[in-house]
Amino acid sequence: MPDLSGHERGRRFLPVFPTLCLLAAVLALVYLFQGITAETWDYSLHRRVPIVIALALVGTAVGVSSVVFQTITANYILTPSVMGLDNLYVFLQTLVLCLAGGSQLAVMHSPLYFMMSLLLMVFVSTGIFFYMFRGQNGGNVYFVVLVGMIFGVAFGGLSNFMQVLIDPSEFAVLEGRLFASFNRVNEELLLAAFLVILAALACLAFDLRNLDALTLGRSAAIALGVNYKWLVLRSLVIVALLSSASTVLVGPVTFLGILIVSIARALLPTYRHAALLPGAALVGMCSLTFGMLFTERWLNFSVPLSVIVNFAGGIYFIYLIMRIKRI
Amino acid sequence: MGLRVVQWGSLLALGVFSILVGSFDLAAGDLWNMAWFRLLGLVRSLAGSGVGAEEFSRLRALWEDQLEMKWEILMISRIPRLCSILVAGSSLAITGLIMQRITNNRFVSPTTAGTMEWCRFGVMIAILYFPDASPFWRVGAAFLVSLVGTSCFLGVIARVRHGNVILVPLIGMMLGGVVNAGATFYAYQYDIVQNMASWLQGSFALVIEGNYELLYAGIPLMILAYLYADLFTIAGMGRTAAVALGLNHAGIMRVGLVIVSIISSITIVEVGYLPFIGLIVPNIVSIFRGDAVRKILFDTAWLGAVLVLVCDVAGRMIIPPFEIPIGVILSVVGGVVFLSLILNKRSYA
Amino acid sequence: MIEVRGISKRYREELVLRDITTALPTGKMVAFIGGNGAGKSTMLNIICRLIEPTGGTVRVDGRELKEWPSRELARVLTILGQSLHTPARLTVEELVAFGRFPHSGGRLTEADRRKIREALDFTGIWDLRARFLDELSGGQRQMAYIAMAIAQDTRYIFLDEPLNNLDMSRAVRIMKLLGRLVREREKTIYIVIHDINFVSFYADYVVALRKGVLCRQGPAEEMIRPEVLRAVYDMDIAIEPYGGKQFCVYYE
Repeated sequence: MPDLSGHERGRRFLPVFPTLCLLAAVLALVYLFQGITAETWDYSLHRRVPIVIALALVGTAVGVSSVVFQTITANYILTPSVMGLDNLYVFLQTLVLCLAGGSQLAVMHSPLYFMMSLLLMVFVSTGIFFYMFRGQNGGNVYFVVLVGMIFGVAFGGLSNFMQVLIDPSEFAVLEGRLFASFNRVNEELLLAAFLVILAALACLAFDLRNLDALTLGRSAAIALGVNYKWLVLRSLVIVALLSSASTVLVGPVTFLGILIVSIARALLPTYRHAALLPGAALVGMCSLTFGMLFTERWLNFSVPLSVIVNFAGGIYFIYLIMRIKRI
Repeated sequence: MGLRVVQWGSLLALGVFSILVGSFDLAAGDLWNMAWFRLLGLVRSLAGSGVGAEEFSRLRALWEDQLEMKWEILMISRIPRLCSILVAGSSLAITGLIMQRITNNRFVSPTTAGTMEWCRFGVMIAILYFPDASPFWRVGAAFLVSLVGTSCFLGVIARVRHGNVILVPLIGMMLGGVVNAGATFYAYQYDIVQNMASWLQGSFALVIEGNYELLYAGIPLMILAYLYADLFTIAGMGRTAAVALGLNHAGIMRVGLVIVSIISSITIVEVGYLPFIGLIVPNIVSIFRGDAVRKILFDTAWLGAVLVLVCDVAGRMIIPPFEIPIGVILSVVGGVVFLSLILNKRSYA
Repeated sequence: MIEVRGISKRYREELVLRDITTALPTGKMVAFIGGNGAGKSTMLNIICRLIEPTGGTVRVDGRELKEWPSRELARVLTILGQSLHTPARLTVEELVAFGRFPHSGGRLTEADRRKIREALDFTGIWDLRARFLDELSGGQRQMAYIAMAIAQDTRYIFLDEPLNNLDMSRAVRIMKLLGRLVREREKTIYIVIHDINFVSFYADYVVALRKGVLCRQGPAEEMIRPEVLRAVYDMDIAIEPYGGKQFCVYYE
């Protein structure tokens, strides 16, 4: 009897990884050193190094959390941010800020405050998730996405609301400045975000095979002996942590995850998370660094990266939801 | 009949109350004194100055002391604000009703079909290329762009009809997001992001006499909607049904679209983005009163007006002397109400 | 041996299963029959720990479901659900390889590979092994999932309406295959089927449910009788002998 062919498929895309690593390194170096002169050396690097680190962290967090979220929901068009998780974090952040009072920017950037928001985020997001997906496997996909989008709008409104409450006279000014964006990366929390992401990834490393089995859907995964509830709960906590970490660094970017994951899946057509997760992380790093180069150097800071991501991502997302046949 | 009395009564009470709320305190007594002074003045001009001279001089003293200023506030700011709220609320609710009927989908409204975003895009174009244009022309630009945009949306929807009611608002909202991102991109190019942001926040705070009257164009459009009411109901049953009944389906759709686009454009230009009204009001009304357009048109307009009025008054009362923009309140209230509606009615999904 | 003690299931106000107690035989093809909403699938799903019962317990080989570590139980019992769908693009072989997950945790040994080859061979889809699931017909995909269950190599295999949406020849092929599994490999198969004639031709033992209550159970010969079927389905079903089997006529 001839042998099985399958594991060849796993090896076929091994060259993808070195290429992606190389690309990420090159892009990062170009970003760091392009147009730099002896006089601007200090200033430029001082500005650019934290940004490159932040982009790498955000790319990893968004890529990995999106893949994991898609596996949990057994659906390839959902991502945490499409479901409003980013906006939820912004809201909780504002809530904590509101309760803590205190002088704003100082509180805003303290790791303690970050941790409080994180904790709240883990509880609230897993709570909402279990409420929505209770019973069957989540039911109608479109329905879930719509609810997620409305959640996003409502949470966005709520955080605006709290911001007005915090400081009505400065509302318009604060609205732009209080929270991070690609043009205003939150450097004070880089280390804290890095630690959170690292911890999340470490936990995830133990579950790679279980996540593979989860790809088959709830009932098949249970039939294969996966402890479904615990696995999903664990993974959700990780997704919440990763989304929070990326949101605290660069703010919400709704369609970033869907773009990253789609590219990663096209490059690495496999169900194996051992390949998919690092692949998505690398794609995230490359695409963000490239996007940043593009908006900063070519478009001369004229447009925030998030606008471009949401434009392209939105169109792609419409294409995706119109394409799926199965409901 | 009793229902109508309650509706008008509550609207009147709310309206009077809303006039009293604001950064400058007006008391109910002031209102009374003003009305009495005006009335007495009228009577005296008719019946001679001998009538009620003592009372009149007391009022006159009051008038010159404070009342005149309060009258000015009332006339320039509070009453225009009330009127604009009533018209904007009711007409937006009706746009939602029309869109839901002609697409036969409960989740479609100017918010979820991207109409509002197209309007904003239109206004931006008008500001970019005709910076000196009057509001009237801005409305015109917004109307044209939103008409085209919403027609495109309906075209896309017609292609994916196979499916799912939920898919329609989903595509609409995504499309809205894309248009928005495109508009923001342009806004950055021309450095008018600040202006864009101000349309993002619907607010009645800046409404004063002389800058809101375009909103009144909504009233004849609502009457038009009433005349077309039964046709919209039939159009909602689908092309086949409409044609079988001998109606021009495309024509009805066009009338509906034009009404929706004009009202949305005017509201965007005059008071900004008010989310969710067109979405949740018709859904709530339909729970209690059914779906026949002619029957529920007034209820829809009433609930829209009341909803916007209550949210606006709340925005003025929560952190005086500051105001919370009504757009912020509506996105929270509307989002929560809409979520509870769809979560409770999974059968639609 | 699978024993069910007093299980019931309530969805909101509705009682879908009422206090069912029974012991299911082993080494046979056991069919669950009953009208729509009789609770067949619910019962199957409860036994396979996909759904928590509102009350009652299930014992598999003398051990309560809750006492079984999930992974260990997956080496004893498996279920093929009604909706077989994964968004991932998997090849047939990759899918079947998942059947070895409870045994090897995803790292295939030579023994695992042998089981996978056998399963592919047994189900006759060896030639399809490199194809993607979404390129297959419904019957072939169903066969691939059955191959996965076979590769899992459990004593008990539960199938929830595996013949749905299949044409007649594919349905027959699958039933024959399941019959071979029972006879040649001493598996126990529990299957929910709507078509009473498949039950009559292939099942050894029948469990009948009606409105959430266990109505009758017994060897197939005793169950395929007009009076029994009348009690289960509330309709008159004529039974004609056909080549040593019973043929049920329910079209008029």
